Amino acid sequence: MSSPIVPPLDTELATRVLVGFLRQEAERAGFGRFVLGLSGGIDSAVSAMLAARAFGPENLIALAMPWRGSHPDSLAHARLVAEAGGFPLEVVDLTAAADGLLGVLPEPDAHRTGNVLARLRMVTLFDRSLADRALVVGTSNKTEVLLGYSTMYGDAASALNPLGDLYKCQVRDLARHLDVPSIVVDKAPSADLWEGQTDEGELGFTYDEADAVLHRLVELRERPEDAAAAGLDEDLVRRIHRRVVRFQFKRSGPIVGKLSQRTVGWEFRYPRDWGT
Amino acid sequence: MASVNAALAQFAPRLADVEANLALHVEWTQRAADDGAELVVFPELSVTGYLLMEAVPEVAFALDSPEMERLREISKTAAIVVGFAEEAPGGRFFNSAALLDGGELLHVHRKVFLPTHGFFDETRHFAPGERIRAVDTRFGRVGLLVCRDFWHLGPAYVLAAQDVDLMCVLSASPGRGVEGGGSGEDRGRFDSAASVSLLGDVYARSFGCHVLHTNRVGVEDGVTFVGASEAFGPDGDLLVRAPDLDEHLAVVEVDTGARRAARLRMPFLSEERPHLILRELRRVLADRSAARY
Repeated sequence: MSSPIVPPLDTELATRVLVGFLRQEAERAGFGRFVLGLSGGIDSAVSAMLAARAFGPENLIALAMPWRGSHPDSLAHARLVAEAGGFPLEVVDLTAAADGLLGVLPEPDAHRTGNVLARLRMVTLFDRSLADRALVVGTSNKTEVLLGYSTMYGDAASALNPLGDLYKCQVRDLARHLDVPSIVVDKAPSADLWEGQTDEGELGFTYDEADAVLHRLVELRERPEDAAAAGLDEDLVRRIHRRVVRFQFKRSGPIVGKLSQRTVGWEFRYPRDWGT
Repeated sequence: MASVNAALAQFAPRLADVEANLALHVEWTQRAADDGAELVVFPELSVTGYLLMEAVPEVAFALDSPEMERLREISKTAAIVVGFAEEAPGGRFFNSAALLDGGELLHVHRKVFLPTHGFFDETRHFAPGERIRAVDTRFGRVGLLVCRDFWHLGPAYVLAAQDVDLMCVLSASPGRGVEGGGSGEDRGRFDSAASVSLLGDVYARSFGCHVLHTNRVGVEDGVTFVGASEAFGPDGDLLVRAPDLDEHLAVVEVDTGARRAARLRMPFLSEERPHLILRELRRVLADRSAARY
């Protein structure tokens, strides 16, 4: 299945690499099981299919974490994905936890409510990580990582992220290759925080538009003016470029005020897989 | 000089765990010897792992160290070509390859081209080698190259000018480019792996030598190493290609007679004029340094 937005992905090779990545990185850390949040959307569906191949569906703990504001379709679609992947789905209702926390926060709006939910899901996943000796698999694709369209320490948090080097349109190609149910592949992407919310409505452009621009800026290393000269909408290119720059902080950990000769992150730089 | 069976040990070293890797070298060398190999080529930094960063000084060892003694011992089972982080006098560290045979250290090549761009950060941790020398062995004249050395035309040419019979290339090449742009037999391969195949073909063909290229597999910090280790005969024929991504021991015959025949058919080496090339290079470099900017 080819994508017209960026050069088509070799889905078979990508699957082999990403399944091998998940398996080998987990094994070297001493894990043989994964846990992830299954939202009913395409990204978590693809992550789940890959994780299920790494150690078998019986070693994947998939959690649906709805709350009272969630659209019922989300849970229904998560069930379809779990069925297609052959792994069980556990439902952890976050309504009581979310309402408890939101009730003591000063007048949370929709945006902050979304962040609270994303972080409660992260808390739930990392709790199960320890309880079940399972590594948390991430679901953030390259498009949203570059656009900063995620909650820090929320949905952006994971131990291993198989999607982080795939643009949204490539995730769609991979989803079809991995037999993700078509209703999940084809529906409008949404964080499902309020009725009728869609990612593209919030961002103000489509993922296909974003991918076309990001591919030129990031992969081809074109300057914004080059991308505009190549026929892309100049205002769109500028808006996307601004987002990429502005949200750089979401792609890094906390920065440290340097004092010593050997500061963690500067002179003290080791691979995460050190000694494994 | 006799024909020899050589093995490409396409394995996944443990990152910054020299002890575990020495044990793996014992195991893979024994397996290769059991399969009839007298020479085993391991990948780049096979004794230490690749993505060492600041751990280089913690895992590096000297040519007269106990670790090298262990490698000498292993080379009594079969000749080995291994990759390691070398600690040299003066506080310098090199990304080195060593050829050992019969308990002796015969040759060390220190990587001359250290990639430092994109994913690669080698000049931060290693000093560049200054020599490209061949060594005479019971298998013929052998030259060693480490990964990026092979992508530049110069080192292979300098080895060819020394009439090498066998080029051993040690790599830790991360897979880059999974966009399905390849056509024909390159479909389903990383773009980077297809490029390396072309180079092996060209060097073997142009220099009438055998090329043994071992690339590692495994994952370090999310980076997947490709494998697809290859051997080329002196006609540029692909003698063997190990699978992508999986560990594999490939054994191949390095046939002396095939080299003689290939060089008779296509006498590129005897036509070669290194003095002319050197003279012209000197002139070009003199012109270049005479330029004001």
